[in-house]
Amino acid sequence: MDYISISNLSKTFEGSDCTVPALQDINLSLSKGEFVCLLGPSGCGKSTLLNAIAGFIQPSRGEIVVNGQPVREPGPDRGVVFQEYAIFPWMTVARNIAFGLEIKGASTAEIRERVDVLLETLGLSEFRDRFPKDLSGGMRQRVAIARLLAIDSPIMLMDEPFGALDALTRRTLQDELLRIWRESGKTILFVTHSIEESLYLSTRIVVMTYRPGTIKRNQIVTMLHPRDPAGAEFNELKRELGHLVMEEQERHTHDEMKPV
Amino acid sequence: MPLLLLMVWEAVCRGGLVSPIMLPSPSAITIKWVEWLRSGELLVDVLGSLGRVTGGFLLGAGLALPLGLFMGASPRTYEYFNPIIQVLRPIPPIAWIPMSILWFGLGNPPAIFLISLGAFFPVLMNTISGVQNVDSIYLRAARNLGAGRSAMFRRVILPAATPYILTGIRIGIGTAFIVVIVSEMIAVNNGLGYRILEAREFMWSDKIIAGMVTIGLLGLAIDQVMNALNTYLLRWHRGLDS
Repeated sequence: MDYISISNLSKTFEGSDCTVPALQDINLSLSKGEFVCLLGPSGCGKSTLLNAIAGFIQPSRGEIVVNGQPVREPGPDRGVVFQEYAIFPWMTVARNIAFGLEIKGASTAEIRERVDVLLETLGLSEFRDRFPKDLSGGMRQRVAIARLLAIDSPIMLMDEPFGALDALTRRTLQDELLRIWRESGKTILFVTHSIEESLYLSTRIVVMTYRPGTIKRNQIVTMLHPRDPAGAEFNELKRELGHLVMEEQERHTHDEMKPV
Repeated sequence: MPLLLLMVWEAVCRGGLVSPIMLPSPSAITIKWVEWLRSGELLVDVLGSLGRVTGGFLLGAGLALPLGLFMGASPRTYEYFNPIIQVLRPIPPIAWIPMSILWFGLGNPPAIFLISLGAFFPVLMNTISGVQNVDSIYLRAARNLGAGRSAMFRRVILPAATPYILTGIRIGIGTAFIVVIVSEMIAVNNGLGYRILEAREFMWSDKIIAGMVTIGLLGLAIDQVMNALNTYLLRWHRGLDS
């Protein structure tokens, strides 16, 4: 059975003077342990889809079933890493990581042990008692990932998590994410508008169309990790996906040029 | 600069250019202040005023904080209380003096009532906007991590709103301090406000100014304490300097 199953999902945002069709008839299934990238230009509804799976927004039509249960509200089984570093600025790094465990009512000893391990895993040990304001963007996103690993969400929903990072930091975090994914067997849905990032990371790429968001291409990526972004197969796929994404980007640009 | 000002002031007074009743010299004021301190009366007055500020502030802020949290978090609660608050808020505490004396008589109760009124609205309004301005990304993140209503309030909404709440508390204490002096001029028979009004009866200008200076120093001290509290509670907060 599918681990995440999305059927006939549509979402329309109703404004006061306009309605925006964000998603239309999305059918998508994810198996356990997959690493799927949602790829497309801004406005293709990829974040909307992720937010619907997270339970933050209610679909207009259709259904999302996760592990046999219809999605009604947010829950710790579907951990989210947000694009804006949504770690709590009033808590130290260690307290941020401990948050979910404290909510669950874990014992102090258990929390400490788990937090120590995660600080170590993500290279955050020396920052344990620092506040987020003292951390770089990359470090903050490490805290956000550690916070989810602490509650051991089987599904990680990531909304352009590395979008604001410089190229080198991004590559380091991508490699760490791949290591975590391999070691934990988690199911990851990762939103990005970078073709290269999706090719570097995922086992499947779902290309979405611009407004309304539909699925344009379901591309399985069989290359083994670690992948070589300079390799022939990588670049062939990159060119092919590039064409698909550019078609949608042009429709986006066309919309933007229209007089309001 | 302040020293120069004091010297000019002293010189003007000694030269007999103004009468000591209109403007007593700094040295005369200092002598009076020491005398006031030695008699033990100053301590009684300062403690009296501080006690009223503390009591009234705790009462007003203590009611405003939970109400503000609820009003900020629940649009329905907001709709329910907002109309009456909007009408009551512009009424200065001073305008409540006659009614408070009718209701509570003389002595500490009307003073405490007026002070709590002065502290109530700034804390309430700031708490409401603090809660309303909590970035929804934190609420989403907390829900995602499994936070229920109570954890959401205690560990997310309250700390996220703290910068606003502290601003409200600061303004509230300032207002409380103004109101205490006024209320002491009417309802009680000690405290700094009472004492400077009493000194006026006897034309003790030196004592009036000594009282005013004491009020100034006390206000400064309270502000310093608030500043330290602010810096400690908001040590996580990214200020304008970083």
